[in-house]
Amino acid sequence: MTGEVLLSTVGLSRRFGGLRANDNISLELRRGQVHALLGPNGAGKSTLINLLSGDIPVSSGKVLYRGEDITALAPHERSRIGIGRSYQKTNIFPGFTVQENCRLAAQSREPRGTRIFSDAAAYRPYLVVVEEALDRTGLSDVAHRRASELSHGQQRQLELAIMLCTSPKVLLLDEPLAGMGHEESLRMIELLRGLVASHAILLVEHDMDAVFSIADVVTVMVNGVVLQTGTPQQIRASSEVQNAYLGSEGEVSHV
Amino acid sequence: MRSLTTSRGRLAAIAAGLLLLLMFPQFEQDFYTELVTRTMILAIFAISLDLLLGYTGLISFGHAAWFGIGGYVLALLGTQYQVTNSLWLTLPAAIAVTALASFVVGLFVLRTRGMFFIMVTLAFAQIFYYLFHDVKSLGGSSDGLNLRGKPSTAINGWTPFDLTETATLYYFVLALMVAVLVFMAALLRSPLGRALQGIRENEHRMAAIGFPVLRYKLAAFTLAGSIAGLAGYLYAVLGGGVNPELLSWHQSADVLLMVILGGMGQLLGGVVGAFSFVLLQELTSTFTKDWHLWLGIVIVLLVLFLPDGMISIAARVKALVRRSRA
Amino acid sequence: MDLPLILIQALNAVQYGLLLFLVASGLTLIFGVMGVINLAHGSFYMMGAYLAFSLAPLTGNLLATIVVGLLLSVLIGALLEWALFAHLYRRNHLQQVLLTYGLILIFESLRSRFIGDDVHSVSVPAWLDFSIPLGDVMTYPAYRLFMSAVCLLVAAGLYLLIQRTRLGSQIRAGAANREMVQVLGINIDWVYRLVFALGVALAAFAGMINAPVTAVAPGMGMSMLIVSFVVVIVGGIGSVWGALVASQLIAFADTFGKVFVPDYAGMAIYIVMAIVLLWRPEGLFKS
Repeated sequence: MTGEVLLSTVGLSRRFGGLRANDNISLELRRGQVHALLGPNGAGKSTLINLLSGDIPVSSGKVLYRGEDITALAPHERSRIGIGRSYQKTNIFPGFTVQENCRLAAQSREPRGTRIFSDAAAYRPYLVVVEEALDRTGLSDVAHRRASELSHGQQRQLELAIMLCTSPKVLLLDEPLAGMGHEESLRMIELLRGLVASHAILLVEHDMDAVFSIADVVTVMVNGVVLQTGTPQQIRASSEVQNAYLGSEGEVSHV
Repeated sequence: MRSLTTSRGRLAAIAAGLLLLLMFPQFEQDFYTELVTRTMILAIFAISLDLLLGYTGLISFGHAAWFGIGGYVLALLGTQYQVTNSLWLTLPAAIAVTALASFVVGLFVLRTRGMFFIMVTLAFAQIFYYLFHDVKSLGGSSDGLNLRGKPSTAINGWTPFDLTETATLYYFVLALMVAVLVFMAALLRSPLGRALQGIRENEHRMAAIGFPVLRYKLAAFTLAGSIAGLAGYLYAVLGGGVNPELLSWHQSADVLLMVILGGMGQLLGGVVGAFSFVLLQELTSTFTKDWHLWLGIVIVLLVLFLPDGMISIAARVKALVRRSRA
Repeated sequence: MDLPLILIQALNAVQYGLLLFLVASGLTLIFGVMGVINLAHGSFYMMGAYLAFSLAPLTGNLLATIVVGLLLSVLIGALLEWALFAHLYRRNHLQQVLLTYGLILIFESLRSRFIGDDVHSVSVPAWLDFSIPLGDVMTYPAYRLFMSAVCLLVAAGLYLLIQRTRLGSQIRAGAANREMVQVLGINIDWVYRLVFALGVALAAFAGMINAPVTAVAPGMGMSMLIVSFVVVIVGGIGSVWGALVASQLIAFADTFGKVFVPDYAGMAIYIVMAIVLLWRPEGLFKS
């Protein structure tokens, strides 16, 4: 599939003192593709996602969105142009209901969000977005439960639902399956399969089954650099990758 | 006690409280009427801080600055420079000046976080303290200024009401306090209000989903400052004067305490807190000259044992009752 | 402007700055290591001054006064840490601020009740009570130079303690990761207690040696607290080095503010703070 390149990086690097967390990374995220990012712990995957979402600034290199240089944009600005992100460590609004978590995310799309005198909870356009996101992530039944009372798996789904309510075009997913049971993982993968046609997805995951069942492109990182990029078959067959990563992990396993 | 935990019970309590407040001046106890007026003004002050503290999650230790500026605008316009003593001009002016001042300071301080933010708000309040303490053209003296008289409500010769009458001022303040509460209730369910609470709940994620957090904080800071300015204006009217101590960090600490006492992030928390605080003050002062010692002890005990404030007493009793039944 | 006059003011500023450093470093150390902001820190400064006032006639000797005073301060500091402050480590910022503010009220009331509100003075020890000539006309009090020298020594000692001793590395480690240090078998509770006592001692020591120079009066603790807050803000929370630089900056702003713009002198240090914050919102140095 060769959809439009939505997000790409050119020579992206990030140093922390003497440590090169990311060195000269160039990759592309195309619409209609799931681009998986693999690598052992410390390979620099989290750093890369943070650079893409704008959570940390780059040391050098560029981040491009549909060809435009967005390297200087802050996280909230990147979200506004269509880059959505989910977090490895669940990052929800624990004191709010599931409904409010999503509604707030939908509200972010409002260009003049500082209106003072209207009932936010009743605004129909947001409710429509929220309903769809809850439906997709299977959370409709618990819409009025407090987010802190959800199970871990449900919270991971909420994590995704929040992101979906911001109507992103690019999805940066940081270990969405972390801590999920088998059934939940399958459901999540189906959800991603449903999304990929109209989005560009970057998937950082340790669950090898999931990755290889859904990825169109795989990039393997080691020690801050890209080791290899290719189709899942190519990566699986690559001896370089085996040595550096898959070999030590043995057969595919769940986290 | 138990009835306070049901929403119908709460509504009944609020209605009863409002009724009591409405009837109070009819008892013709001028001293107490003024005391309650003062308490309601402090309630407005506390509610404004709660917007920052309880709803946006910003701990300002310099909130008294806006309180003082509100009063000083009246003093400067009406007494020092004698530009006007009309309520209809001085009150909006006080709010406008406070809004501007809090906006400018907000630009400086809202980029900081956590403990730093607390210290920096304190330090900026000190700037205003010294401004009114030292600069002659701004009233510059540690004694402050006495007001030339209460603001006049005259428009073209017609005087709708007279603020020199204790009961009239009381009802004026009561009306404003209710208006502020209604405003807050509307604000909190509005998109802006929801966003502010989102910032308190998880600021990082708010930015990640596209909210320009700094801008929202600035809006909250300015709104809170303006309402505090309103309170300060009323305080000056009631007391008949202003002095730099209105901007001191003791004043900032007192209002923080009121918010904590009443319960942060509760719509009526500021009201409960202000009344509790004044009640405590009045009771302690009848028994001892050492109000500050007892205030200090109360604060320490409060933080150690009741950090969620008095409003949580009802919830705690409920939990205790539930546990003893199980 | 008169050169000897400027020189004198500059020497005053340096001395005041070093004094501020002692107090501010205690504040920033406690915050950097334990994450607690202690509003009552100024009260320890005041405690030192009152200790000097009450002990001086008893011991008749500056050194003895300081030694006894320091011992008492360390003891009081450790006691307070054990009884109260240790409970604050897990509390949020607001609760710390309020509780320590409550402590100020209690300390000030107790001081007022048991010692009174009179202004006192402490005399400069006889062997330091002379002046050094500067140029033809001006002289400078030797005691102030002595103070500056002592403060510098203490600053150097602090640096050595933190950077070069085992205790220092425990302190730095404890600041970074409390659990890790405990796993290593180091008794973190005692490290924290020591750091707290050290902070108290620094503030109290500052109060003691400054007593002969300024009046021992109510309110001295609170004004010192706010100024040291400004120093910590400008220097950067948790940075001892920042406290050193910032204390000089603030001291000079204050001293020369009083000389050149006496009507706005009270605001001078806050204006400097505002300017620094425009440029560096988190202070000059990171911890």
